[in-house]
Amino acid sequence: MKSVHPYDELLRTDRIPHIWCPGCGIGTAFSSMLAAIKESALPLEDFAVVSGIGCTGRVAGYLKLDSFHTTHGRALPFATGLKLGNPRLNVVTFSGDGDLFAIGGNHFIHAARRNIDLAVFCVNNFNYGMTGGQVAPTTPYGAKTATTPMGNDEWPFNLPLLAYAVGAVYVARWTTLHVRRLTDAIREVFDRRGFRFIEILAPCPTAYGRRNRMKAPLDVLKYFEARVRVRHDADPAEAQIDLESPIVVGKFVDRKRPTFLDLWSKRYAPDEDEEVHVA
Amino acid sequence: MEGVKFWRKPLDWEMIQVTRGRVHIFEDRCKGCGYCIAYCPRDVLSFTDRFNRKGYHVPSALKEEECVNCHFCEIICPDFAIYSEEIPQPKEIEL
Repeated sequence: MKSVHPYDELLRTDRIPHIWCPGCGIGTAFSSMLAAIKESALPLEDFAVVSGIGCTGRVAGYLKLDSFHTTHGRALPFATGLKLGNPRLNVVTFSGDGDLFAIGGNHFIHAARRNIDLAVFCVNNFNYGMTGGQVAPTTPYGAKTATTPMGNDEWPFNLPLLAYAVGAVYVARWTTLHVRRLTDAIREVFDRRGFRFIEILAPCPTAYGRRNRMKAPLDVLKYFEARVRVRHDADPAEAQIDLESPIVVGKFVDRKRPTFLDLWSKRYAPDEDEEVHVA
Repeated sequence: MEGVKFWRKPLDWEMIQVTRGRVHIFEDRCKGCGYCIAYCPRDVLSFTDRFNRKGYHVPSALKEEECVNCHFCEIICPDFAIYSEEIPQPKEIEL
């Protein structure tokens, strides 16, 4: 009998093996999400997964759920439209740091400001992997990339602090080494409402690791193992990533705020309030 | 439970079932990153000299009887190339 992988039911197996490089963390982040979807036992037809462009954007193409591969940086506007058009959907945005924070940075801050009911997973691999490893808004100061061969002179975004400051109700950061905790966090996020954000630090051995003395896939995970400190409820301001100090991970923010649809329906459809939100 | 010694029979002995697992590997999906080998808590897996269709060295469960079905290889594998399943075990007591 031919054996079947437990996640095959959620994968378009005709497209596997996927295009990601050996040791790429996106596959691990993706399988954590699949594990969380399976564990949650939420109806699969209510899921809508939106991703943008880039390596991580290919997630939408490998997933056997309703998924949407959108234009570059515009994953969140598409997801916002999906959620507002059909509030019953459990809309998940799974995209990369370049897509969500470089070209799509403006959409991120406004989706979080409005508190649209979205789960946003950002795979941060510190560079633009698909185009050859150029410097990105998340590249740590001093790191070498294809366009900063002597070292990066820009400060990177502190994504948890940014998400917290613009109003996300759930902010966490995990690495692909912490797959169990990442799966639990994603599982937890499916039970919350509002703009929920998880940053997933992922190795990019081919484009980023190779230029920063972490050539083998395992080197990056060993680097995470040595540098990461788990600190729940830490101040997101302390979560800045640089090349010297420890990388702080954990659940930083878990709070409640009325979502855009709550406020909208309170004003325009006060009688239907109960029906609008299911997810 | 090999290698574990108890000075008395644990009170919850009847409730605790040490599971055993079997690892399945899809060799043609594997890209040889070595995550499953490095992070297997029981060191079940090792690299082999064999190549798969794409030219990567694939892991093999050389110490298969050590597997406790923790599913860690399954979830850390970026390529959906490995999973474990439980083997039903008859209860045996060693003192």
